[in-house]
Amino acid sequence: MTIDQLDLSPAPGAVSSTRIVLAQARAELRLMMSNGEQLLLTIVIPLGLLIGLSTLSWIDLGTDPGTNRVDVVVPGIIALAVMSTAFTAQAITVGFDRRYGVLKLLGATPLSRTGLLTAKTLAVLVIEALQIALICAVGVFLGWRPTGNPITALLLVVAGTAAFSALAIAMAGALRAEATLAAANAIFLFLLVAGGTVIPRDRMPDWLGTFGQLLPSGALGNGLRAAMIDGAVFPASSFIVLVVWIAAGVLIAARTFRWE
Amino acid sequence: MPHALDVSNLVVDFGDTRAVDGLSLTVQPGTVQAIVGPNGAGKTSTVETCEGYRRPTSGSVRVLGLDPVRDAHALRPRVGVMLQSGGVPSGAKARDALTHLARFYSSPQDPDQLIDLLGLGNVRSTFRRMSGGEQQRLKFAIALIGRPELLFLDEPTAGLDAHGKRVVWDVVEALRTVGVTVVLTTHSMEEVERLADNVAVVNAGRVIAEGSPSALTTSTTPLVDFRTSTSIDECILQAALPPASTALRSGDCQYRVTGESAPDLLAAVTAWCASNSVNILEISTGHRRLEDVFIELTSETEAS
Repeated sequence: MTIDQLDLSPAPGAVSSTRIVLAQARAELRLMMSNGEQLLLTIVIPLGLLIGLSTLSWIDLGTDPGTNRVDVVVPGIIALAVMSTAFTAQAITVGFDRRYGVLKLLGATPLSRTGLLTAKTLAVLVIEALQIALICAVGVFLGWRPTGNPITALLLVVAGTAAFSALAIAMAGALRAEATLAAANAIFLFLLVAGGTVIPRDRMPDWLGTFGQLLPSGALGNGLRAAMIDGAVFPASSFIVLVVWIAAGVLIAARTFRWE
Repeated sequence: MPHALDVSNLVVDFGDTRAVDGLSLTVQPGTVQAIVGPNGAGKTSTVETCEGYRRPTSGSVRVLGLDPVRDAHALRPRVGVMLQSGGVPSGAKARDALTHLARFYSSPQDPDQLIDLLGLGNVRSTFRRMSGGEQQRLKFAIALIGRPELLFLDEPTAGLDAHGKRVVWDVVEALRTVGVTVVLTTHSMEEVERLADNVAVVNAGRVIAEGSPSALTTSTTPLVDFRTSTSIDECILQAALPPASTALRSGDCQYRVTGESAPDLLAAVTAWCASNSVNILEISTGHRRLEDVFIELTSETEAS
């Protein structure tokens, strides 16, 4: 290839916003799927916990005797999967994108800021769909019988995704990339344990249980169990807690976020 | 036909710091404009305001006749940008990054041809593991991918070897031939002489000299050198000088002011020193070639 063979004359023009957003979502997905650490976090750990907690009967889940363990475990693992993708993986990606000037350079292309956020959300939703499909498939293999209210569960997943995404972007927009990396993992573990996301906190002191339910992780875990085990149509407390966290996350993100 | 770039009395503040202080510059379509000056002179702040990354504190910026912030949607497809650092996800490969960005444009450059032209065909590593020169050439390719009519290049050949520089220079020359406007910041005198139709020398947030590289290196400018008993703030002095003058510290308690007329400069300096009770120990007038200004300003930065 020599320079005379290349047509360098100007031919500016962008494709439609929809095509730009889809192209960006595709690239985000591709980067997420090619990152080994993220796959460990979003796929391997949730499936490992699902199998472990469902089969190792000496782990006390606080369930009544005779309850099918996997029925209790599946909703919690879905909550964990949503957190791992919408919060931890997203915060780390945005933090490093910011650090390496990726967001800055995209700001000079026809991709708008709203377009970028839409693309990131689409990528997160696709990963979550994949996670939930895998969790349900492995769950069925372990004896899970899908019951309850799938529409409510789906709405809870969407609300949880919005809350965790807003919190991830608030954190990644304010902290340095390394601090985000450390905090995203530490907060993930804290939310997971303190919220009783996977192991219901029925046996904890009341005040600790109440605190856990006020966390987005606790609200999502409890809400999903209520919808999927008991068939609750509208677990109000879970929805209220998640909506408050969405509002808080969006407010903080709008104040702290810097694109470069 | 509007100017490709029209910057008028631009002021950009970062908190209490004034990065750009009344800078004006116009660029004709289809020309190559170089912007030179020491680090912190306001080059990048000016260019980033033109790219729409920040709003002017005051003054105005028009790019292809449009407002870079308000008209971003219309402008972005027409402008290519090469940032000084970063811009590519650390885990992305050259071809993937280019192919991805090409999808944003209606008639983009072929990623494979650009990769081939810029010698990135054998680079298999991710951005993080590329050499500085490879990263630089990929960023240059990204600026070209949408076939823009205006290109902003921030130090495009910094860190490139001789071969890499020649490839970038050949492409910039070819772009100019087909009517693309190029605005580039640089520290390299050689790059300015080779590529630029016009060069603006920026210092302390203003254009202190402007013209074709040949006019700039042959013309002369009046100057006054002086030494004082106590040190003074040259920025305060500069404010008291005639318009289009600059004051620089040239040594310990030694200063050099340049401007349009030696007698006016002399009068202004002595009047300012008298009214501020500053004792002048030595003072002399003379002329200096602008090339020296230029070399002073550019070499200062290359050393740092």
